[in-house]
Amino acid sequence: MSLDTLPRATRNNHRRVRPPGRRWASRFDVKGMPYALVSPYFILFAAFGLFPLAFTLYYSLYDYDLAGTTEWIGLGNYTALLGDDDFWRAVINTVGMFLLATVPQMLLALFLANALNKRFRFRLAIRMSVLLPLVTSVVAVAVVFTQLFARDWGLVNWILGWFGVDPFNWRAERIPSWIAIATMVDWRWTGYNAIIFLAGMQTIPRDLYEAAAIDGASRRRQFWQITLPMLRPTLIFVVLNSTIGGLTLFSEPTTFYNGNVDGGSQGQFQTVAMFIVKEGFREFDYGYAAAAAWLLFLLILIGAAINFLFVRRIGGTK
Amino acid sequence: MTNWSPTVFTRVMLGLAVFLSAFPLYWMVVIASRTNSDAVSVPPPFLPGGNLGENIIAVLNNEDAKFLLGLTNSFIVAATVTVSVVIISTLAGFSFANLQFKGRNALLVLVLLTMAVPLQQMGVVPLYRLMVSLEWTGTLKAVILPYLLNGFGVFLMTQYTRQAVPMELVEAARVDGAATLRIWWNVVLPAVRPGMAVLGINTFMLMWNDFMWPLIVLTPDNPTVQIAITSLNARFSTNYTLIFAGTALSIIPLVAVFIAFGRQIVGGLMEGAVKA
Repeated sequence: MSLDTLPRATRNNHRRVRPPGRRWASRFDVKGMPYALVSPYFILFAAFGLFPLAFTLYYSLYDYDLAGTTEWIGLGNYTALLGDDDFWRAVINTVGMFLLATVPQMLLALFLANALNKRFRFRLAIRMSVLLPLVTSVVAVAVVFTQLFARDWGLVNWILGWFGVDPFNWRAERIPSWIAIATMVDWRWTGYNAIIFLAGMQTIPRDLYEAAAIDGASRRRQFWQITLPMLRPTLIFVVLNSTIGGLTLFSEPTTFYNGNVDGGSQGQFQTVAMFIVKEGFREFDYGYAAAAAWLLFLLILIGAAINFLFVRRIGGTK
Repeated sequence: MTNWSPTVFTRVMLGLAVFLSAFPLYWMVVIASRTNSDAVSVPPPFLPGGNLGENIIAVLNNEDAKFLLGLTNSFIVAATVTVSVVIISTLAGFSFANLQFKGRNALLVLVLLTMAVPLQQMGVVPLYRLMVSLEWTGTLKAVILPYLLNGFGVFLMTQYTRQAVPMELVEAARVDGAATLRIWWNVVLPAVRPGMAVLGINTFMLMWNDFMWPLIVLTPDNPTVQIAITSLNARFSTNYTLIFAGTALSIIPLVAVFIAFGRQIVGGLMEGAVKA
């Protein structure tokens, strides 16, 4: 025992008389090291986050042309965008596809989560399989769905034919193209959102349901009056997440048109993100693209605010 | 407690959900293993054919598609970014969760704010110009650098470390004379390994799937796998079997990750989610 404690005692002793250099090192270790550990994130964020954001603002105030000359035009890009029919079409497409994808997705995910929350065999296997879509590549999925939604030999038109529905030209018309793209988005994200909802549902105390059952509340009533209101924080998280994802949609509609950012022959499914890429990297109008990026951010803020207010009302305060 | 056993309707719905989740992937294999005339026949084929190996070899050997290069590039990009994000996030997460310093809460709020900005869309123009002036366009550096950090990762690891590493443990190590970095290495890292795994898988998937930025900053002759699919799609738009063999190849790493870590992915998502 005494032999065991001896080295430590000497070490402590040694620490008291250590040279000034080591004292500085240990002071830094306590005071400075926490900052050193968080600094890689902030340094990289400054370089690849803050710098681009600031420069996007700066670029948006200039007119760039193909010849490489630049001219300060103040808010000129913004006013031009607000009068640009192509931009508004992209905004409407984005919002349209967002609504078409998100509303059914949230409902489906809620009901799926409710079903996954029951007791049954192979529970883990089933939870894993609804996550399978998330684990596949977006572009691969979009390629598969593009084929499923093909006009002449697509599976979807073939099945619709059983019910006497005429084949849709999914890529040529506006609303059908939105539906096709919204389907891809939903396929990918419904299971993911269901798992997140499930995580929230599992924290709701079970005796609440038991008390409600004794009071004679039906299962459906329990879902609307217990599950949903108790789920509000999760709901806010999921809805905000989907809002950012939905309004920045790019991969699915681009792949739906062979990797082209025009979004169809008449831009019928061009989103704002695609509009930015087209203006910036095909028309080389950096200022215009940068201004569109800020308007997209504004759109996301508006969307997030509306959703937040909407979700907050769900279930109400008792 | 009858409430917790599913009704027949619920069972049918779950079955349908599983079917719909798996079907497009099954369909991918069906077309990838067929001939092109099968792929465009009505009614479509529903069972896999015998041409899968042949089609995959055709994709890999196609000089225009550069598919093998795409797979290699994607792997390099995803692996590099994953290592960087995991290291940066565990360091920062440890600091935020277990160390005391002035401005800690303010800095953490700053990280949360950075998560809310869609940087990929917002910063795309200046980032591109930066890569042009560095003459890095067309190289993997240009794809990798903007992704070396991830606010979500820092947030996730802060939450995880808080729950996995009690303060007493850190203080005990300090009393024993361990320096901060040593505590991180010897005490914190072993404890947060499950969190690191979830963040790593997540980051790898995200990077493997990245499409918009590589599309802008790379050229088709040095693609990532997603860009390679897109050029397959554009160049051989009538050759479905080739395109589908390529897409099937492109998801193999993700499916492998899923088979190996599926349980952890489900668990990690449920753990990391915002609870009611």
